[in-house]
Amino acid sequence: MAPIISIKGLEKTYDNGFQALKSVDLDIEEGEVLALLGPNGAGKTTLISIVTGMANKTAGSVTVGGYDSVRDFRQARELIGLVPQEMNIEVFEKVIATVRFSRGLFGKPRDDAKIEEVLKSLTLWDKRDNKLRELSGGMKRRVMIAKALSHEPRILFLDEPTAGVDVELRKEMWEVMKALKAAGVTIILTTHYIEEAEMMADRVAVISKGEILLVKEKDELMKSLGKKVLTIELDQTLTEVPPDLAGQGVELGEDGKSLIYSYDTAAPQTGITDILAGVRASGLKLSDISTHQSSLEDIFVGLVHDQKEDAA
Amino acid sequence: MNWTAIGAIYKFEMARTFRSIWQSVVSPVVSTSLYFVVFGAAIGSRIETVEGVDYGAFIVPGLMMLQMLMQSVTNAALGIYFPKFIGTIYELLSAPVSTKEIVIGYVGAAATKSMMIGLIILATAALFVDLQIQHPVAMLAFMVLTCFSFSLMGFIIGIWAGNFEQLNLIPMLVITPLVFLGGAFYSISMLPETWQTIALFNPVVYLVSGFRWSFFGLSDVPVGLSLAAIAVFLVICLVAINAIFRSGWKIRT
Repeated sequence: MAPIISIKGLEKTYDNGFQALKSVDLDIEEGEVLALLGPNGAGKTTLISIVTGMANKTAGSVTVGGYDSVRDFRQARELIGLVPQEMNIEVFEKVIATVRFSRGLFGKPRDDAKIEEVLKSLTLWDKRDNKLRELSGGMKRRVMIAKALSHEPRILFLDEPTAGVDVELRKEMWEVMKALKAAGVTIILTTHYIEEAEMMADRVAVISKGEILLVKEKDELMKSLGKKVLTIELDQTLTEVPPDLAGQGVELGEDGKSLIYSYDTAAPQTGITDILAGVRASGLKLSDISTHQSSLEDIFVGLVHDQKEDAA
Repeated sequence: MNWTAIGAIYKFEMARTFRSIWQSVVSPVVSTSLYFVVFGAAIGSRIETVEGVDYGAFIVPGLMMLQMLMQSVTNAALGIYFPKFIGTIYELLSAPVSTKEIVIGYVGAAATKSMMIGLIILATAALFVDLQIQHPVAMLAFMVLTCFSFSLMGFIIGIWAGNFEQLNLIPMLVITPLVFLGGAFYSISMLPETWQTIALFNPVVYLVSGFRWSFFGLSDVPVGLSLAAIAVFLVICLVAINAIFRSGWKIRT
């Protein structure tokens, strides 16, 4: 199946000479949740702005549902709903009026049943006649999602939907996203909460300094880059790795009170049994044993860090 | 043309107007009444007639013009500046609407509001003086053309303005003096000869003159010239808006 969004050789240089995007290629499949990860200033928002029509590109091409985002902007934009990062709303408007306006603006005829459905799905129906300024921050953000969904888009861009919101609301947002995904909406999510990407995404793209560093299935990414670390806390202080454990890749922790061993869970032999036998043979006193699965965050930090070193 | 989108913008903007309908109506009514008390009663009692027209009635077209110009510019400027200021412009930029449609929606709403205010002033004035309108169709045509072209100008100001001070700058510094010096309250022929010549460089003179003609059949400059002047102004604004959107100036990065 052809990708629903296809980005090729996309470049963006701002008037002040800052190059925000350097030849970005990215295909997004229909129905998937793609997490776009990157540090601040990486180009996430610029990328979204160009695809949705808020910014002009310098070079390259973007097609949405097969339509060129510039030449066939009407057809392309009709497919997209956008929830921007900033809380941009007209505080004196009523909830239902602003959502209705969004639908009209996207060229869809008035449909009260549809608006009701959207508001109900976001538990905003009871607040429909409230002015936006009377709503809590979480509700306002849901209104922004309702506006983006009012014209029944097939693609939803969520630019840092959970930035600066409390845990409760973040969980609520995730529920909303899951429901949308179940309904077949393609979701592009930018975030710097790795936890969020880990939980929601089918695929992860990492962007840094205007370049896509990697695009991978999340599970595959976790597996291929996922290392596990075994930490053995000791009840005593060592100055060197005991002879029974030497040559097996075990390292002494900085304080001399722990032994650290990294292994690959996918490997045929993890070597853990040998390590534990060695520990026993050395007669070491242990206080604790723990393992740590490297998360997307570790992978992400590693990638961006490598890029910095390459540049240096 | 995405008429649904134009309609959505227009309705949304008109709803904003009707939400503050009392401010929208009361303020022009009060200020018009004040003008009548000062110019009509106090000064007018000493002037009596200008070119055969009772002075109180004579200033009505000028008063309407003054308010319509100010209202058109400020309404349209605020209409587009406000989304820019609070950030909701993202929605306009990401919607499947062309710039033409955005302009029609916003400028249409702003022009409608100033037309309404013009008519309210006319109704208020009718309470104070005996009015005759010789060419009602021409009067309406002048109102429509004026409100649209100055709303276009206001739209440009709204896009250009970087803060609220700049938003008020042009109406305060340009529109008000042009209207006051444009014969809103007197006939150009009452000025010394040199000033009469200078006045001809003031575009508002042509508007007020043509508009007054539609009421009383008398004008400072030929009516055709008035129409031509406003048409030229309209074209200039349209060309400017087209250029602005084409370049994305101050809107799209």
